[in-house]
Amino acid sequence: MQENLNTVPVMAELFAQGETPEVLFWVGCAGSFDDRAKKITGALVKILNATGVKFAVLGTEESCTGDPARRAGNEFLFQMLAQNNIALMNGYGIRKIVTACPHCFNIIKNEYPALGGNYEVLHHTTFLQQLIDAGRLKVDGGSFAGKRITYHDSCYLGRANDIYEAPRVVLQVLDAELAEMKSCKSKGLCCGAGGAQMFKEAEHGNKEINIERTEQALEVQPDIIASACPFCNTMMTDGVKMKEKEADVKVYDVAELIAMAGGLIA
Amino acid sequence: MGIVLQVLFALIFLASLGLAGMKLWRIRRNIFLGTPESLNDRKADRWKHMTLFALGQKKMFSKPLPAILHGFIYVSFVIVNVELIEIAVDGITGHHRTFAPYLGGFYTFMISLIEVLSALALLAAIVFLARRNVLKIKRFTQPELKGWPFKDANLILIMELILVTAILTMNAADFQLQQLGAAHYPDTGKLFVAQYTSAVFSGMEMHQLEIVERSAWWLHILGILFFLNYLPYSKHLHIILAFPNAWYVRFTSPGAIQNMPVIANEVKTMLDPSATPEPVAFTPKTFGAKDVTDLSWKSLLDAYSCTECGRCTASCPANITGKQLSPRKIMMDTRDRLEEVGRNLDKHGSVQDDGKSLLGDYISIEEIRACTTCNACVDACPVSINPLNIILELRRYAIMEQSNAPQEWNMMFNNMENNQAPWQFNPADRLNWKNEI
Repeated sequence: MQENLNTVPVMAELFAQGETPEVLFWVGCAGSFDDRAKKITGALVKILNATGVKFAVLGTEESCTGDPARRAGNEFLFQMLAQNNIALMNGYGIRKIVTACPHCFNIIKNEYPALGGNYEVLHHTTFLQQLIDAGRLKVDGGSFAGKRITYHDSCYLGRANDIYEAPRVVLQVLDAELAEMKSCKSKGLCCGAGGAQMFKEAEHGNKEINIERTEQALEVQPDIIASACPFCNTMMTDGVKMKEKEADVKVYDVAELIAMAGGLIA
Repeated sequence: MGIVLQVLFALIFLASLGLAGMKLWRIRRNIFLGTPESLNDRKADRWKHMTLFALGQKKMFSKPLPAILHGFIYVSFVIVNVELIEIAVDGITGHHRTFAPYLGGFYTFMISLIEVLSALALLAAIVFLARRNVLKIKRFTQPELKGWPFKDANLILIMELILVTAILTMNAADFQLQQLGAAHYPDTGKLFVAQYTSAVFSGMEMHQLEIVERSAWWLHILGILFFLNYLPYSKHLHIILAFPNAWYVRFTSPGAIQNMPVIANEVKTMLDPSATPEPVAFTPKTFGAKDVTDLSWKSLLDAYSCTECGRCTASCPANITGKQLSPRKIMMDTRDRLEEVGRNLDKHGSVQDDGKSLLGDYISIEEIRACTTCNACVDACPVSINPLNIILELRRYAIMEQSNAPQEWNMMFNNMENNQAPWQFNPADRLNWKNEI
């Protein structure tokens, strides 16, 4: 069972066998290389296997989508990465993509079509919602009874793509109390990572953005801060550490919470 | 005397309209100094967007109290301007309240409505003045509002106070004159506000009342004509431009950055020399924007539509945490620079190099670099302005034309180019995570 849950089919191999996956899992750079984000990747893989979703990853053929380059202003670099990714995916005949990264989600969904990359792209929170709605994913939220969860909206899910409900609907299967921060949904404050800020020091100011956002989250006195983006997750985790609250407040991705509730991860 | 005033009125009225028209035409010309962008598809959706966001002011209602007060001023402005038709007819023909005998009860209703709205606008203007000058709300006292913008905002509110006071005074004196049976003052019926406020003038002689009424009438119409000519210099231009700005909104996903077809083609033929380039509608003279003329005309319309309310800046994560970036300043700088380029054009007949540009002389690298592209500013704007688009175009120029990137970004670019990830990991290790789950 455990081995099955950890199966990670690779697209090149499936393609060689003439098989087509139901969905391509776009892992993204954070999900592939960042130690914290890899746990989110793992949680999602276990959910996909547990629910019998036929998926594949591009593995070593996957490249950065080009999001930070494009947002920093480096269009050439973006175009190189994007066009290579599109050529690769079109070559495999990819139709449907799920990803745990809102930045990958946004750019593949909204910016790749102009370059000939047309796919049905789902963020994992929407995909999880669909699995729950279809009865494929059954979760016993008992272990979260009495816990207080606040959900931090990712800018690239929320304002950029109007996805506010899916992560909240998914979180509702946990028997937890959902508390909203004072600025949430379309008014949600950025974690500070977007626009390639993740990869450089912030400009001079009087506060770090992730601290401001963490303070807003801590105001509602949560046990758990739920995120749906690996970069938000890092920012909020760092923020909680800076506020010395890591003993009381945990930061988890929505997929991790579902995998925990389903007994797929500890 | 009468005919002199009629001619004077006609001259002032037409000259004011003509002058304002010329200034608005000049603004239109300036806007089209921007680069082309096709934004006239999906007409049904554009009607809907304009009706909801410009006419209906939907975004204002994220703050209900200011929305209602702003609504008082806005509705009274629109309705009062309906009365302008009569004022123009009266002024030119020398009649007084030309429509009163013909419209009867409807006339009484309309004038009463204008009175009530004027009273509400008076209240709103006082609250708004207090908010700026007494309460000193943060978004009204930030650095970019120092000087002229702060005065501009107060001037508009004071002018509004004067205009509505003139209307109320005019009607009160008029009503009192009617009670005294003055000739040339037709029966308006019982005006909702004036029937009470006319008491202020009880005891005044008829000729004194006529002076008060005429003065208020002239003050009102001259005030409106002045106001019209003041608009092109003011943030208050949004009362006109909010409509086209909402109409020409970009319907692409707010998360999508505009493609650069020229670069897409270049990369396409680099990756595959046999590939055929896509047709390109417009070849820009620079990659990204250094100056206002490198920006899309829609961004320039955005700049003229900005009313400097600062909701963008109040929602900006960089600004909230004390960084220099303020999306409102981005819009104000763009307008100021465009006005400067427009004056350059007026003076020389074509735009001459003045050694200045939007990026550098108005907006600093530090400002644009602080943006997280979170779209909060875009979402917050009540008049469909997109400051993010300008920031991104300036960033493109800084990176691609000036190679002006912080060291960490250069490292990130190198990693992305060589390792296909923003960090320095071996691409061959990209799937190693599967052994760790």
